[in-house]
Amino acid sequence: MAGIRAAVFALCALPAVLLIVGLLQGTLGANPVERLLNGTGSWGLRFLIATLAMTPLRWATGARWVVRLRRQIGLWAFFYAAAHFSVFAVFEHGLGLAAIVSDIAQRPFILVGASALLLLLPLALTSTQGWIRRLGRNWKRLHWLIYPAAILGVVHFFWLIKADRWTEPLIYAGILAVLLGWRVVKRLG
Amino acid sequence: MLIKKRRQSDVLPSEITPESIYRDRRRFLRTSALAAAGTLLAPGWTVAKPMEDLAPLGDLPTSGFSTGEEKNTLEQITTYNNFYEFGTDKEDPMRLAPERLAHRPWTLTVSGEAEKTGEFAFDDFMKGLTLEERIYRLRCVEAWSMVIPWAGVPLAEVIRRANPNSRAKYVKFYTKHDPEVFPAQRARGMSFLASIDWPYTEGLRMDEAMNPLTLLATGLYGREMPSQNGAPIRLVVPWKYGFKSIKSVVRIHFQETEPECTWNQLAPREYGFYANVNPDVDHPRWSQARERRIGELFKQDTLMFNGYGEEVADLYAGMDLRKNF
Repeated sequence: MAGIRAAVFALCALPAVLLIVGLLQGTLGANPVERLLNGTGSWGLRFLIATLAMTPLRWATGARWVVRLRRQIGLWAFFYAAAHFSVFAVFEHGLGLAAIVSDIAQRPFILVGASALLLLLPLALTSTQGWIRRLGRNWKRLHWLIYPAAILGVVHFFWLIKADRWTEPLIYAGILAVLLGWRVVKRLG
Repeated sequence: MLIKKRRQSDVLPSEITPESIYRDRRRFLRTSALAAAGTLLAPGWTVAKPMEDLAPLGDLPTSGFSTGEEKNTLEQITTYNNFYEFGTDKEDPMRLAPERLAHRPWTLTVSGEAEKTGEFAFDDFMKGLTLEERIYRLRCVEAWSMVIPWAGVPLAEVIRRANPNSRAKYVKFYTKHDPEVFPAQRARGMSFLASIDWPYTEGLRMDEAMNPLTLLATGLYGREMPSQNGAPIRLVVPWKYGFKSIKSVVRIHFQETEPECTWNQLAPREYGFYANVNPDVDHPRWSQARERRIGELFKQDTLMFNGYGEEVADLYAGMDLRKNF
């Protein structure tokens, strides 16, 4: 299990490492900030969806160890989402608090993305064994927030598309619909 | 005594890119290509057609309309393009255009409300026109910008030659429509969501078209136009968002009514007919107050009319620019 955990850690860290190396080497194309922004955002969403896939995956394969990776992958989702916001705050607004707040308030798609990150924050903070014990049954209730967070994340992605670039968000929306649909069916059945 | 009044936009000797840096571009391309080969974050990052394959245009007189700001590098200008006919990724055009979009043969059609209409081979069309270099700012509606040394002719000269009649109130431009050349034009009807109705078209009011800033460009950096930048001939309207500067033009049409323009039709709430650069009128989904100059990490303020107010503000006197955005 430790080996698998380490391998997953390395795999999840890889996109970030490649982005940082690319930035330092100047190989992120003519607009590196755009790459950082899109890269961190996309990976945040991908890992968020991967987190939601763990439970159905265990059910389908019967392998218990799959679900034990869930916390780590979920934390990576938060890491990339937070990095995405940091790139936005630093490079779009030079960390100007007033500019950041007014941008979020004025633009629905940014508000939606920021809300998703805000929903993920308590989940990341309460992901430790200690908090799981302390919160008891409420822990599960709290972590239900990952569903609205994932939906908001996909909406955020859809909303910024200019034209004809629907493929990627459509794929995420499709996978998310299957993962959420599976849960609804399980509950009803 | 001759007193040369320096325009605010004139090039200072200190602002010209040193040759050593310019010469270093090959190394940049090589390292970029190597780095790109291994990274899954940059699929398809390949080297654009080398500039050396494009014919030099000879000594070009420089224009008083040129800006003195630091130019973007050739690499930046030729590797970061919106040319949706090749795909929606910024790197699609440089990957596909050099091998797919041939510079010749190229036919330009002049049609509509003008006396001298007809079809012209590109070289005949250019005959008698003197190319000049114009270093312009280009501000994309996506809030990034570049400084590009274009080579071209004032559109006004071409229009005067066509001799439009009194019904010619607008000029409409068409990009080449050829699914053999442009892969995205084949995909028409495939996407059930908002999709572009090819060919790409754009338009200007006659006085905008006649403004001395408006350029028909056939090259950049002293050589003929790279394919990904809209070879062999494209429009450059520096005070408007980049999408107005239509690429690879095959038709110039004079008409009485306001032309239908691609982005305006696709999303009229987001892209107006005028599309003048205006920091005070935001895109519905993002701010236009600031822009990222390609090559810079942080944003800078966007100027009204992209800094060309002195030359063009009169065109819009009395107009509500919030309504006519």
